[in-house]
Amino acid sequence: MAFWRRPGFQRRWDTFKRGWYKFSKNPVSVVGLFFVVAVSFLAVFAPFVAPYPEHAGRFVNFSEASQPPSLQHPFGTDVFGRDILSRVFFGFRYSLMMGVVVLVLVVPPGVVLGLVAGYWRGTWIDMVIMRVTDVFLAVPPLILALAVCSVLTPSVFNAMMAVSLMWWPWYARLVYGLASSLRNEFFVQAAEVAGASRPHILFREILPNCVSSIFTKMSLDMGWVILIGSALSFVGLGAQPPTPDLGTMVADGAKYLPDQWWIAIFPALAIMITVLGFNLIGDGFRDLFALEEV
Amino acid sequence: MTGALLHVQGLKVEFKVYEGVLKVLNGVQMVVHEGERMGLVGEAGCGKTTTMKCVLRILPSPPGKITAGQILFHGRDVLKMTFHQVQRVRGRGIAMIFQDPTAALNPVFTIGDQLMSVIKYGSRDSLGAREVRSRAVAVLHEVQLPDPERILTNYPIQLSGGMRQRVCIAMALSTEPELLIADEPTTSLDVTIQDQILRLLNALVERRSTSVIFITHSLGVVREMADRVYVMYAGSIIESAAKEELFSNPLHPYTQGLMRAVPKLTGGGIAEGIPGRIPDYLNPPAGCRFQPRCPHAWARCVNEVPTLHEVGQGHEVACFRFQEQ
Amino acid sequence: MGILKLVGKRLVLSVFVLFGLSILIFLISRVLPGDPVRMALGPRAPEWAVQNMREQMHLDKPLYAQYYYWLSGALRGDLGQSLFTRRAVVDDIKEFLPATMELVLFAGVIMAVFGILLGAVAGRYSNTWVDNSVRIFSYVGVVTPSFVFAILFLLLFGYVLRWFPTAGRLSPGITRPQVITGMVTLDALVTGNFAALGDALWHMVLPAVSLALGGMAQEARITRSTISDNLRKDYIAAAKGFGIPERFVTLKYLLKPSLIPTVSILGLDFASLLGNAFLVELIFNWPGFSRYGINAMLRKDLNAVSAVVMVLGVVFVIVNILVDLVVAGLDPRIRLGAERGK
Repeated sequence: MAFWRRPGFQRRWDTFKRGWYKFSKNPVSVVGLFFVVAVSFLAVFAPFVAPYPEHAGRFVNFSEASQPPSLQHPFGTDVFGRDILSRVFFGFRYSLMMGVVVLVLVVPPGVVLGLVAGYWRGTWIDMVIMRVTDVFLAVPPLILALAVCSVLTPSVFNAMMAVSLMWWPWYARLVYGLASSLRNEFFVQAAEVAGASRPHILFREILPNCVSSIFTKMSLDMGWVILIGSALSFVGLGAQPPTPDLGTMVADGAKYLPDQWWIAIFPALAIMITVLGFNLIGDGFRDLFALEEV
Repeated sequence: MTGALLHVQGLKVEFKVYEGVLKVLNGVQMVVHEGERMGLVGEAGCGKTTTMKCVLRILPSPPGKITAGQILFHGRDVLKMTFHQVQRVRGRGIAMIFQDPTAALNPVFTIGDQLMSVIKYGSRDSLGAREVRSRAVAVLHEVQLPDPERILTNYPIQLSGGMRQRVCIAMALSTEPELLIADEPTTSLDVTIQDQILRLLNALVERRSTSVIFITHSLGVVREMADRVYVMYAGSIIESAAKEELFSNPLHPYTQGLMRAVPKLTGGGIAEGIPGRIPDYLNPPAGCRFQPRCPHAWARCVNEVPTLHEVGQGHEVACFRFQEQ
Repeated sequence: MGILKLVGKRLVLSVFVLFGLSILIFLISRVLPGDPVRMALGPRAPEWAVQNMREQMHLDKPLYAQYYYWLSGALRGDLGQSLFTRRAVVDDIKEFLPATMELVLFAGVIMAVFGILLGAVAGRYSNTWVDNSVRIFSYVGVVTPSFVFAILFLLLFGYVLRWFPTAGRLSPGITRPQVITGMVTLDALVTGNFAALGDALWHMVLPAVSLALGGMAQEARITRSTISDNLRKDYIAAAKGFGIPERFVTLKYLLKPSLIPTVSILGLDFASLLGNAFLVELIFNWPGFSRYGINAMLRKDLNAVSAVVMVLGVVFVIVNILVDLVVAGLDPRIRLGAERGK
């Protein structure tokens, strides 16, 4: 039987369709989705859609330096004569990559630790995991990330590592809260009585009931991670010029304010649009799943 | 029994929700006379609580909206009153006991704080702080709560469900209202406590000869508590009569169904239900809202909306089967 | 007493957390690659000088011994020497921390007061134009990095309109009040130097507002949603139905329970204030702890970096305890829960 005819798949597909219907009825989340899709498209196809793809990196053309927005350069050019629009498209790449890499590195360990600590709540496992989590949460994440970046060589990659190192505790804490109340539910107890294995209980019984919260947090966090990444670049501890990172571009452009405002303003707007998109989607999820604060 | 204390006429309420407009109340009619104990019966979600919240003008809005009707209290329309005038109806004129005492008590204030605010603002006469306090203690005593002084300093979570409902009863009675609305006051309580609370309420009401609207979905409770009974279905009153008359001679098919749904201790066997479900308020059925579930429905029931007609001494019914009589 | 027990528990936990944090920051600063001594002294420094400094800082000892020296020093109030200024880090902290605390506290007050106010108005009049404007504001506030706000404000109100000063804490002509707390506004207030007080506040407006806007948007959002949820609660209908005046119900019986979620996230918002102060102080050239910290980070000044993180950890822990206390004060369910030892 083809996989799409199997009842399990059919059921999931129906749930998905119903969810999508409700999600698409909410204008706010549709706007968010539009921003995210647009930004992702521009990021993925930056070399093809950017008018001057070669301006992304080390490129100098002083004859066109510091031009205000025009038809040739809708966002103007920077002091090296590079087209800011093209650089913003490439900048989306770094922002999205930052968000995706950090979440990919952070969510699995965070979720597993939270599940384990929540399921064995009140034992030494819980104690160890959650106290370590508390330690990481004891300092504002931006400051710890800055501190880690400061001992490493500044680069996009190291900034991702630094943010990842600081971010997993949020997922551990979220899932911990959910798992420690779910483990008292009847369906979990029934599975225990029926002799289900521990991994089965953790990943097949408890985890599916956490997914909506995790998903919502992930879409909101995409925005936060991008913000933090841009902050790291802004102070010079993240991406280094000539990388077309949006935070770096804002920092560079800030030197030429207020006369050449476009150098800083357009990358700043680009950050805001990206973050806004993920935030709106996150809010849409929150309404969809009728969650309290995540 | 003298004139009408409360007269609700053609009350219509809509709820704006995401999916559209719910036509929740569809022209509610009811009269409560002074000194009368009225029972209001109907399934969950038929609009009993909504009607009463309109009477006090406390329907949360948005989403609720009163689109038509009059609510006359002592002959004056509550819906047309200024805020200041409504203020004087609330508490001293009409007071309400809510279904769920846990939801009706503010979780972050002490019982004393809440009760004394009610006495201070709801009473007819302006009282000094000491009088307010002594009245609070007295009324807690009256609802048979032990150690009223301590209860005043307690928070709702420190009390049991039954005690919380006693507190709510105390609040409602503390302002000596002319009309008391008791909205399923025992539904959220343990079965063992329900009876105690009912008896207490009955005794208190009798002592004060307060008029009462007693909302319930249980015919058994109505039998004990009411003089006159209104039956509500899907946003309108479909039958009303004196208690004895209604129980001996129910006319509306829905009322008859309700009577059959009550398990009889003597008859043996299982109670019958009414087939079907309460209708969808988003797209209510045309004509009589009970028509899709009604065994006697005919063409007219789909085309026209039946209104209440007097069929006997004080017995009104909204059904076309009895209009020719 | 429930409250005392709650505070006690939090304090004990905090000591553990700070101890853990000290290990974490120590590991970060010592295990990760890079030779701080070589960086501090420069590539042309002779080998013996590097060796000397290593020994002086115990960097030649095994890791656990290094940690022991570092921690025992820290407990005595000695956080080592800055590799750059060659001053005791503690002295630097004493000099720079008050400026940052002043800024962050001022921003925190702006954030809480206006966030709650906006949210409450939006929730009370939900789905009106007021509500919609607050919603738009809160989206803008949440998605805009604080450094963007800072740059824009600096540009607009500092350079173009010239309403506010662009850098520092006091204008050149104003005499700095005698240092008592180190917070200029407070010192000016205590010594009665009102010219300095006004000038200091004037200098603080732009950095504090750009710092506060993000958190303010969050606070407004949470407050809006709880207020509009709670408006539909039975206890509000009941209070009104008993004849308590509506305004009184709103200001007392609606506001207090609705503040609980708002206050609970104040701790998190304060964390973002502390973090963003690093960027904002840099932009406004605010001579504070965060600017000191960011410079230490850029120069790999290890002792200073660990000290900065530890100090901010302590500040954050204290703020969280205070927040918990306020929440417990608002919510008897938490107070009484603690009493029963739950």
